[in-house]
This record gives sequence, C-alpha cells and structure tokens, in this order.
Amino acid sequence: MRLSSDALRLILPVLALAVLLGTVFWLRPNTMGYTGLHLLFKLALPIALATLSQMVILAVNDIDLSTGPFVSFVTCVTATFLVDTPALGVLILLAAIAAYAALGMIIAWRQLPAIVVTLGMSFVWSGLAVLMLPSPGGTAPAWIAALTGWRPPLVPFGVLSTVVVMVLAHLLIMRSTLGVLIRGIGGNERSVARAGWSVLRARGIAYAIAGAFGVLSGMSLTGIMTSGDANMAVNYTLLSIAGAILGGCEFMGGKVSPIGAVFGAATLLLATSVFTFLRVPPDWQIGAQGMILIAVLALRIALGRGEASR
Amino acid sequence: MTALVEVTGARVRFGEVVALDGVSLTVAAGECLGLVGHNGAGKSTLVNVLNGGLAPTEGAVRASGHDGDWSIAAARAIGLRSVFQELSLCPNLTVAENARLMHRSLSGRGWRRRAGDVARAALDMVFPGHRIEPRMQVGSLSIAERQMVEIAMAFADAGIAPRLVILDEPTSSLDAGLAEQLLAHVRRFVAGGGAVILITHILGEILSTATRIVVMKDGRIAAERPAQAFTHATLVDAMGSPAGDQDRSRRTAQTGAAVLSLPAGARGGGDFTVRKGEVVGLAGLAGHGQTRMLHALHDLKTPQWWPARDPQVAFVAGDRRVNGTFDVWSILRNISIGTLSDLSRRGWIDRRAEAARGREWQSRIAIRTPDLNLPILSLSGGNQQKALFARALSSRAPVVLMDDPMRGVDVGTKQEVYAMIRAEAKVGRTFVWYSTEMDEITLCDRVYVFRDGVIVAELEGDAITEANVLSASFAGAA
Amino acid sequence: MSISRKPWLWSFVAALVVFVITIAATAGASTGGVMQAALTFAAISIIVGTGQMFVITLGPGNIDLAVPATMTLAATLALKYMDGVAVLIVPGLLIALGIGVAIGVLNYALIKLLRIPPIIATLAMSFVIQSTAIATNRGLRIKPPQMLADFTTGSLLGLPNLAWVALLVTVAAWLLLNRTVYGRWVPAIGQSIAAARMAGVPVDGVRLATYVLCAVLAAIAGYLMASFSGGAALDMGKEYLLMSIAVVVIGGSSVAGGDSNVPGIWGASLFMYLVVTMLNTYGLQSGARQIFTGIIIITVILVASGRRRAS
Repeated sequence: MRLSSDALRLILPVLALAVLLGTVFWLRPNTMGYTGLHLLFKLALPIALATLSQMVILAVNDIDLSTGPFVSFVTCVTATFLVDTPALGVLILLAAIAAYAALGMIIAWRQLPAIVVTLGMSFVWSGLAVLMLPSPGGTAPAWIAALTGWRPPLVPFGVLSTVVVMVLAHLLIMRSTLGVLIRGIGGNERSVARAGWSVLRARGIAYAIAGAFGVLSGMSLTGIMTSGDANMAVNYTLLSIAGAILGGCEFMGGKVSPIGAVFGAATLLLATSVFTFLRVPPDWQIGAQGMILIAVLALRIALGRGEASR
Repeated sequence: MTALVEVTGARVRFGEVVALDGVSLTVAAGECLGLVGHNGAGKSTLVNVLNGGLAPTEGAVRASGHDGDWSIAAARAIGLRSVFQELSLCPNLTVAENARLMHRSLSGRGWRRRAGDVARAALDMVFPGHRIEPRMQVGSLSIAERQMVEIAMAFADAGIAPRLVILDEPTSSLDAGLAEQLLAHVRRFVAGGGAVILITHILGEILSTATRIVVMKDGRIAAERPAQAFTHATLVDAMGSPAGDQDRSRRTAQTGAAVLSLPAGARGGGDFTVRKGEVVGLAGLAGHGQTRMLHALHDLKTPQWWPARDPQVAFVAGDRRVNGTFDVWSILRNISIGTLSDLSRRGWIDRRAEAARGREWQSRIAIRTPDLNLPILSLSGGNQQKALFARALSSRAPVVLMDDPMRGVDVGTKQEVYAMIRAEAKVGRTFVWYSTEMDEITLCDRVYVFRDGVIVAELEGDAITEANVLSASFAGAA
Repeated sequence: MSISRKPWLWSFVAALVVFVITIAATAGASTGGVMQAALTFAAISIIVGTGQMFVITLGPGNIDLAVPATMTLAATLALKYMDGVAVLIVPGLLIALGIGVAIGVLNYALIKLLRIPPIIATLAMSFVIQSTAIATNRGLRIKPPQMLADFTTGSLLGLPNLAWVALLVTVAAWLLLNRTVYGRWVPAIGQSIAAARMAGVPVDGVRLATYVLCAVLAAIAGYLMASFSGGAALDMGKEYLLMSIAVVVIGGSSVAGGDSNVPGIWGASLFMYLVVTMLNTYGLQSGARQIFTGIIIITVILVASGRRRAS
C-alpha cells in the first residue's frame, strides 16, 4: 500500500511529540493527570496559532519575520483598547488583518522579497506596541480571561482548545477550496493563474488568514498571561518557523500541514519541560530546541524526503 | 464535417525570427490531426496560437460558437484543452484537488467528492486499469502517472465538454501499453465527434492514429495529406529539405586521443566519447537528454569547492537568461568571469590584463558595442551570445560544451561563429555541440542522435545527413 | 555619473539631512558630540552589516540569522578567557576569530548537508550558539582588560577608534569585493547560481568562505562591543539581527543578491543611528522610532523595486 506523502509528513512530528510526552510521563508520573497536562500545555494555544500563521505564509512560498512582534502588538491592543473601548479595539485588530492582506498583495504585485518586507513590518508592529504599552501592563478583557481560564471537564483547556484550532485549521487549509487554491499557488503558481484564478487576490487572502491567526494568538496569550507586553512574544518568530518546519512544512512548493504544524509547535513547547525534568540546565534549553530542529531535518534527509531530492 | 477552429494566414515573429510564416489550418470535428516537424518547424507556436496563448502578428483565429477576440479563456469556453510536455499540475495537491483548480465549475459543497468522481471517471475512460486514486498526491505519483492524470483531465467533462484536445508529446513518459490505451481513446473520442491535434516524435503513433497529417517546416506547412497517403519514409522525406545536403569540408576520420567520455547510463543507449580536435554534434528533438548530457560532462570536470588550476571544460549557454549572462554586470565582466584565474595574481585581479583581454576578444569576435563597460543587457541578443562565446573561447579549457548556443542569433553572427569554431578545432580544441538546427548538425565531424534521454545513433562523416538524423530522432522511422 | 548609478549616495544624503535636523533642534550646541556618538555606534552596525552584505549578495534566501548569537558567544568566551588581563588581548581576539570561523563552517555544513535554506540552518544554529553563550556566561559580567576598554572608548585624530576599525573593515571589504577574484565570484553566484556554476565558479567553496567571513565579522563586532560597553551581555547582539539586514538594504545593496554596495553601509548605519538621535531630540519615544525604521525599510525596498522595473 502506498502511504500518501501527507501521512508520511505527519509521522515525524507525531512521533517526536509522542516520544517527548512519554519521556515526561516516565520522568514525572504525576504529570499524567489533569493538572499536570494543564501546566504542560498552558501556552500551547498561542504558540500553535502563531505557528499556523507562519504556516499559511509558508504555503505561498514566503516567510514572515514579523510573527513575534505582531503577536506582541496584538497582546498590547487586547490588554488596553479591547478592555477600555472594545469597539475601537476590534476595529484596530481588523485593521491589522487588513494590513496583512495589503502586504500580501503588495509583495505579490511588486514581486518584493517577503523576508525584507516582513522584517520592516516587525519594526512597525513592535513600535506600535511600545507606543501603546511602554511597559508591560493592562489587563485581559474579562471574557478572554474567562475563556482561557476555563477548566473543562476531562481535558485541560490548553489541550482542548489547541485540538479544536488544529481541526478547524485543517478544514480550512486542507479541505476547503480556498485552502486548495492557496496551496496550489505554492505548488505551481503559473498553472493556477492559467486556470483563471486571481493569484493576487488569493495571496492577499492567504496573508489575511495569517494575520487572523496572529490576532487570535495574541488574544489568547493575553488571556493566559492576563496582561499585555510589547516583548511578550518576540521569540515567536523563530519558534513559529521552527515549529512549522518541525511539523513537516517546507519552504517551497506549498507543502504544509496544519496538524503537523500544531504538533511541531507542541513538541517545541514540551521540549522545554522535558529539559527541565531532565535537569538540563535552563541555559541549554534554547540550544536543545535548536538541536531538535537540526535532528528532525537530518532525519527528514535520511528518510529521503528533503526538498532538494525532488 | 464542421470546422471547430480555423486559423487563417497566421504569422508570428519573435524579434528577427519568423516562427510562423503564414499558416492556414482548419480543425474539424471528428478528425485527429497529426502534426509533425523537426525542431523550430513552428509546431509549438502554432499550438500556442490555437489555444489562445499567443496572438499572431498577422492572421486570425476563428472558432465555431465564438465571436470576438481569441484568448485562453475563450478557448477554454468552447472546450479546447491542451496538454503540454511540462507538468502543469500542482505536485503538492491531490488529484481531486487539481481537478478542482482546473475546473472552476466544481464548486460548492461536496466538491471534493465530485472532483474525485470526475477525475476517476476520466482516468477510467482513458486508461482503464490505472491504479490512481483521486486522493493521492500528484507529487507521490510516478512521472507516467502524472502524465496520465494530466491527459485524463483534458478529456474530462466537468461542465464544459471537451471538443478539441491538443496533445503535445503525450506519450513521452508512457510505456507502450499506456500509450496504446491513450491512442485507442483518441480514436474513440474522434469517432464520437471530438477533435484531437496530436504531436509526437513517434511516427508510428501518428500513422496509426491520425486521420490527417500536417507536416511543418520553417514555419510553414510543407505537406498536408490524409494519413493513409503517408508512409514512414515519405513522412521523414517531407520533414527534410528537398534540396538534400550540401557538400562541406569535413575532417576525415579522427584518430586523436579521447579527451572526454561518458559511458551509457542506467537508461541504456550508446556510450559517448570525443577525441581531441573534434566537433561533435548532439542532435535529436529538443528536450531528449542533450542538455542533461552537457551538464553531466560539465559537472564531471569542474570542481565545486576549490578553483581549478587548469579548467577542463568551458560552457556556452543557449538559454542565456537561465545559465548564461550575469545581468547586473558589464560586458567585460561577463566575458572575464570564466578566465579570472588567468587574469589575476594571488587572487588579485589584474584589471589592465582583464581590459586588454576584453578588447582582444571584442575585435576577434566582433562584439558590436562602443564600450565593454556597458551593461551586458545593452547588447542585442546575438551580441550577448558572442560575449558568452568569448567567455568560453578565451579560456584555456581544451573542451568547449555548447548548449544550443545559436537560438535567436542572426545569420551573420552564426556564420562568424561557425568559422571561429572551425578555426579553433583546427588548432586542437574540442567542441561538443548540442544544436536544434539541422544545418549546424551537418557542420559537425560526428553526431550523436538522442531520443528519450539516451543516445540512439552515432553518425560520422558523410552519414551525417538530415534524413539520417531525422529517422533516428523519430522512433519507428529507421 | 548619474545618481541612479550610485544608490549608496541616497543613504548619505538621508543621513546628512537627519543630522542637520538634529543639530537644528539643539541649535548646534552638540554637533561634535552627536557625530562622535553616531560614529561609535554606527561602527558596530557597519562591521556586522558588512558581513551580512556578503551573505545577502550570494542571492535570494541567503541571510545569516546567527549573527546576534555569534556576537554574544564570541564576546562571552573572549572576555572570559582574557579575564581582564592585558597580555591576553591578542589571544582573546584570536579566540573570537576562531569562534567566528567555527560557526561559519558549521552554518554552511548544515546548509549543505541538510539541504535546507540558509535561513533555517542559521536559525537552528543560532539557538545552539545562544545556549552555549548562556551556559558559559552564567550571568557573570566579566570586565574587559582596561587597555582594551580604553582603546574601544578612545579616539584618534578626532575619530573614535571603533570608527577607525570599521573604516579598516570597509576598505578591506571594498578591496575584496572590487579587486579580487573572490569578490567577482560572490556577486556572480548571487546573480545566477546556475550561470556561476557553468562559468567555472567553485560555488560551494565561495559560499562556505562567505558564511565564514560573515561569522568572523560578527565575532569581531561582538568582541569590540563587549569591550566598549564593559562586558558581554546575553542580549547584546539582539538588535543587530534586524539592523544588519536593514543597513544592507538601505545602503543600496540588492536584496535579490548579486549587487552589493560597501560605502552605502556607512551612510545607512549613520542614518539609522541619527534617526534615533533625532527622534529622541524631538522628544519622540522609542516606539515612534521603530515605526519609522520599519517604514524606511519598506519604502526603500519599494523604491528599489521600481528602479529595477524601470531599467
């Protein structure tokens, strides 16, 4: 039987998460309960959403270097405007998504390098964030705090919400016509255009989806941390790229997988805990994340699925 | 029979090159039109005019059931479909998802199932017994299977029924069994009132399937007859030039030492060897492995980590945009990049020597520019090509590889370069020359003919004739 | 010579304009001071940016994201080894250089062996380097040898010593790029890697050398910066990731590769620092400053794309 390459793509991240989770349970059997999982996956939702945001950009063969500052910016909006003047706050967040869409279209229209444009935007987002909240502060809107603080029966919120988001993202990106169109652009832009689709519009929509995921990431992060901070998510740029790659997404060719990306993000998140339990000094935790990334990429090459092999 | 599409007096020019020189052609429902011709005969240009991708400089395209300007959208709307050699599917999507993108009518709820059904029905119809599932990713399919999907999709009915299907080398990756399935379907489709234009280098396919055969040569229709009126031999004759070969001064049998050789690869075919001072031609239809061979020879002899003290091979690109010119740079830098080791001492460039070398070659090869420091793109195409020749010929490399370097070059320049190649060969330089032009191939001392990625014939001396090259290029003609 | 042929002029013009506006605010009271500070801080951007420029010149997708981590690690290890002892200044510098070479080689090894885009290879590498730096630093702030500290904060002929070093780097980079064979090969690869390969350029060797060069320059910058600011800090390289890319882009080098511009980095670095000073002088906060920086980068890239289309 031939496994679809989508399934193959998923094996590594799922295996990586399973191994890590197994290690955690073995090292600390008490994490196996509700509270343990709650703590382990507390931050899973915002990281998963940021990774999905990055993944959509990767799907159209671009890279977003502004994910982290953008999520931080959203936490600042959420912790200030969305509390004091909700209508204005919603408007700002919608404008931010529109800005993403506009960027996507400008990049496609002028054929600009996405790396540099999003690099410039990263300055803009963190500048706006600092203007709003020069120092960490504000409060999470009550309804967001209530949602992220919710303790559903059986499964902790962090796990439940991440799974729900994963399923929804899968439906949007892998099952809907829009998702097919976006991935088609990554796969063979010319023939998509030849079939009569507007590539410019589709790229704009892809960026808007990425922006929406970023907004949701920032809002949930605010709820969990109960405040906003212009520096809260600065490392999300690197984490989101690493998580997406870990999850089997590739830089070129529109090969992405929302399920893989979420698993990749969760793996990186869990790695931190594993290293703590393994008494890896905190100093080495970032490095260990880097090593995991390198190891997974090496494994991919070993399995003969590297990008260059096609 | 009713005319589906009619081209009248189509003329297409690309700069100096006349690709289509007044072609009139009618395609009627219920016929399979076989289109044959050697490289540059104008087949692809004609196809592009037909499917709306290219507007002719002169002449018009008319289609039944369509008024107004001819375009890709108009062509699709009347049910005209094209299958090209290059893959036009998205490799990262499944077969069903590709069907969705190609057929916009498959929208709304449950599209995935319907698109899958359409793809499966089309595959069942054209290639019964295929083992392709609509949920399989195209990238995970073999090359043959991808081509099957692409062909089947062209015959698929999703809202707009196909009426004219253009197949450009559809069987290039299919094995004999699959090819026969396709041809059988073409015959069924035609019998049912559809029309097909079939382009293939396998003459047996044309003769067995086409109802009418159009032979093209030099942008014109050279012959047009019912298929029964042709045989293998008369078809090859019609593609060639009636005048026959001119006599050329060619070197006699070579006895020099072999300077470069490549054994036949896993795909079979003949071995490849060149001897010192030889001009060896690589012939055959475009895209049958000649360029791949040149790249393999180049990679074999060029180190990637440390500069070669004595360069073994130099390369002249044909597709300048892809692997020839450095567009940001001046003409001089474009020439000197290949010989920097000769123009420098301990890594420092001797700029006077560089300029002197540039001037020397400017006059030797007559690059028409007031100043070599002007950007390379300020030159005409032919002069850019001369700069690339200067880059290769000014190196000390004993072997020069040429990848169809005369594409889009004017006649005058060609003659100058031919003379230079002859002169260099006389003093012991070796040339490996891939060319899509017959008169260049007949200039060579020895010729390898490629088909389907391997060497299928080796011709030497007086055996290098257009007829021999053609019959080796087209399967089933020998 | 038309101005369009010299895109780096723009960065100097912009820097000059900003300088004049800044001076106008203080009524010329601190002209010298502003210039001194600008030159000192720009010097680090110039050294790092020059290395990044070579990498970016290699063509699309080539960016070294490990620059900040390299700066930090080189500074940390060198200062730790020197431990404030003056005679170890040169061995300390050699250690920094050695770290640069090692990181450059590892970066390219990852790119080549894992067949991944340079961005991801250097990103993964930066995680590892950062951890190594954290583990060796352990929050301690070791002072540089006094002599070295004096050198980095001092000046010669009215020009800060750091600016002299940056000038040295710039001249060397200019000679390398404009007078040597290697300097031809780098932009050749950046314009078309396929054409470079077919023209006989040893592509892998040149790319390896370029990643090593970038890491070495980052290491030198880290060494100097830590000595200047009285010790290595873990986040000392942070802002230089974006800064190194920004000065290359604003300095008139092509982001698409193949066309680089050494003097432009000076204009761009001075400009970036002076903008900060100007906005500070006019009482604007760091937020506005960052927004401004971002808009400048995007504007420059838009204008550059227009220029490319026009030609």
